[in-house]
Amino acid sequence: MSEVKNILLCGVGGQGTILASKILSTALVTAGYDVKMSEIHGMSQRGGSVVTQVRYGENVYSPIIGQGSADIVVSFEAMEALRYLGGLKKDGSVVVNNYQMPTATTLSGQEQYPADSIERLQKLAKTYVLDAAKIATELGNSKSMNVVLLGALVKRMGLESLDWDAALTACMKPQFVELNKKALAAGMAAVA
Amino acid sequence: MKCLMTGNEAIARGAWEAGVHYASAYPGTPSTEILENVAEYKEIYSEWAPNEKVALESAIGAAFAGGRAIASMKHVGLNVAADPLFTSAYTGVNGGLMVISADDPGLHSSQDEQDNRYYARAAKIGVLEPSDSQEAKDFVKVALELSEQFDMPILMRLTTRVCHSKSVVELGEGRTEVPIVPYTKKDKFNPVPAISKQLHTKVEQNLKKLEEYANTTPLNAITWGSKKVGIVSAGAAYQYAREVYGDNASYLKLGLTFPLPMEKIREFAAQVEQLIVVEELEPIMETEIRAAGIACIGKDKIPNEGELNPDILRKALLGDVHESIEYDASVVANRPPVLCAGCPHRGFFHELQKLKNVVTVSDIGCYGLAPKDIAICMGGGFSVAHGAQKVFNMEGSGKRCVGIMGDSTFFHSGMTSMLEAVYNRSNVLLVVLDNRITGMTGHQQNPGSGFTLSEDLSNITNKHIKTINPLKLDEVKEALAWGMGFDEPAVLITRWPCVLKKLSQADRDEFGNYKAVNMVNPDKCIGCKACVRTGCPALEYHADTKKVTIDRNQCVGCDVCAQVCPKNAISREVK
Repeated sequence: MSEVKNILLCGVGGQGTILASKILSTALVTAGYDVKMSEIHGMSQRGGSVVTQVRYGENVYSPIIGQGSADIVVSFEAMEALRYLGGLKKDGSVVVNNYQMPTATTLSGQEQYPADSIERLQKLAKTYVLDAAKIATELGNSKSMNVVLLGALVKRMGLESLDWDAALTACMKPQFVELNKKALAAGMAAVA
Repeated sequence: MKCLMTGNEAIARGAWEAGVHYASAYPGTPSTEILENVAEYKEIYSEWAPNEKVALESAIGAAFAGGRAIASMKHVGLNVAADPLFTSAYTGVNGGLMVISADDPGLHSSQDEQDNRYYARAAKIGVLEPSDSQEAKDFVKVALELSEQFDMPILMRLTTRVCHSKSVVELGEGRTEVPIVPYTKKDKFNPVPAISKQLHTKVEQNLKKLEEYANTTPLNAITWGSKKVGIVSAGAAYQYAREVYGDNASYLKLGLTFPLPMEKIREFAAQVEQLIVVEELEPIMETEIRAAGIACIGKDKIPNEGELNPDILRKALLGDVHESIEYDASVVANRPPVLCAGCPHRGFFHELQKLKNVVTVSDIGCYGLAPKDIAICMGGGFSVAHGAQKVFNMEGSGKRCVGIMGDSTFFHSGMTSMLEAVYNRSNVLLVVLDNRITGMTGHQQNPGSGFTLSEDLSNITNKHIKTINPLKLDEVKEALAWGMGFDEPAVLITRWPCVLKKLSQADRDEFGNYKAVNMVNPDKCIGCKACVRTGCPALEYHADTKKVTIDRNQCVGCDVCAQVCPKNAISREVK
């Protein structure tokens, strides 16, 4: 089972983690991999923490992974990477968006948001930091932040040769495809 | 053609391929997307029912009339639908009938993690349990055929991981049109006691026949690996077991899990050194296997609480733990789901919380995210409040109950709950938070769509009924005082659309283009945090500047924060 690769994507409801996972899974299936993707939604659309897991290889059984199993953690929000870091293999890597979203408890002052989340990550694991919101905004639409992060993931997992144009076309409305092709490329370049 | 699908999408595709005529459901996570996807296939007549009991009853009617029918619901929904379920097991069917129960081990979005495989045993009907999306699709056809062959409804038991995980599905070639079976009047459709006695005998016989089938069907198949360990499993748990043991075990993978294929299990057990039953939640298969005199390992090692995963099995059965990075996770702040910025419930709850000596009895929906004292089940908000009020009145503490539910919940099972309070006269305040849609599950219409509750209710309830705008805090405050002023039940309706709702023309006519954005004037803000205490996620208090700011991307200008600000520091501008 060692050939199965495990990817964990996390973020906050509304950031587009599920769409990014869908694009990723689509490209992997087209490339001939067996793929399983698991997501938890429902209450998470009310601003809660969101996590999806994508597994691919020749034969994938479980749709979910446990502790210390992910080859890579891609976090759309700085603190969420710390929340799910336990899922990462000891020698795995982290791609993290330099983007902080307060929570209901930090907004009201009940808890402190850990402002040093990224510094903490860098001490614990091989960490690639990018400002996906800024990159996406410069490209013309901040909402393509999720595809910028997907691009970074693609680069770090060595999946550049997959048919991303087709996957983007299959997963989004035609008017957004061109922008997101650029977003994907920008994400790749950001962690090159 | 190969396609990546969730289990729920695959069920819908399977229903289409299997020639299903009629589908009904009430939304509930993790089952909701089944009917949403069925609705995409125009050959299937599909509809949202007011609740799960009604959905199943309608599907029973469709099956009696000779169509292939399905009813889908979340696990607690089957509690609501249990009455028709049990009797339909006696009557049997004409066209095939499949009942889908989407269980939620791990309570991702539920109030309990009941194991609905018990229901099939109590009702005496067959159970299918797919372990991935391919099986989810394929098993729909099997379920309907078994239903017709063995003359019983079939329970399709899903779990969150099967419903919401995507895996590769080889699609069937297309839809097979199945002719509607002509209806003829039959005694079995009219189960009065004398007939039901005979039907019970038939139920036992059919179950026996289904067990014989279970022993021979390829739905229950053995994959040989090492014979040191033999694993009996089904559903998502099978995938976890396979993940952990790989070729180091043999597997008896069950698709038809009730009645259990005991002969096949016995043969399998005889060929392996050690038998392990891997099942999520309750030791149901294990208990029956042990009762048949077959030794096995099960819940003595594997937990019966929460969702399983490969880690839990690896640790429980092999004592192995994957190494992971050790770090201080306590610095990570909680991120609980909250009412959206602009949620119409916020204004109501803000004023309600100020009342003293009040017990808030709510139930299941987005409004459950707001502060409450008691919640039991869908539609329970009013009746639980009524019962509690009767006893508080005996006790003499002066406590007052406020019962709360949303519009969809009201139509689901809150109407009878309201009638209880009105008929049996208790001094409760009953509040329907009418946000014009079923919010929590992602915006399904309900019987209130297009209607005005106050006009409909004034005839059947009582004279004390009032409709208000929940975003106007003065109006809410005044209405609460009004509602608490009676010695008999009063009904308050808050009417404002869910902030995420795509407004219909009727909504636009009624509510107008209300969206705007609010701003804080930093010169006036004194950092008192009164606005932050409304719980709006668009507001942020900055400890360094001791000021609040508003996130323009989230704010819709509901104006609740502006109304609570003591310094008039918050103002609106048109977006």
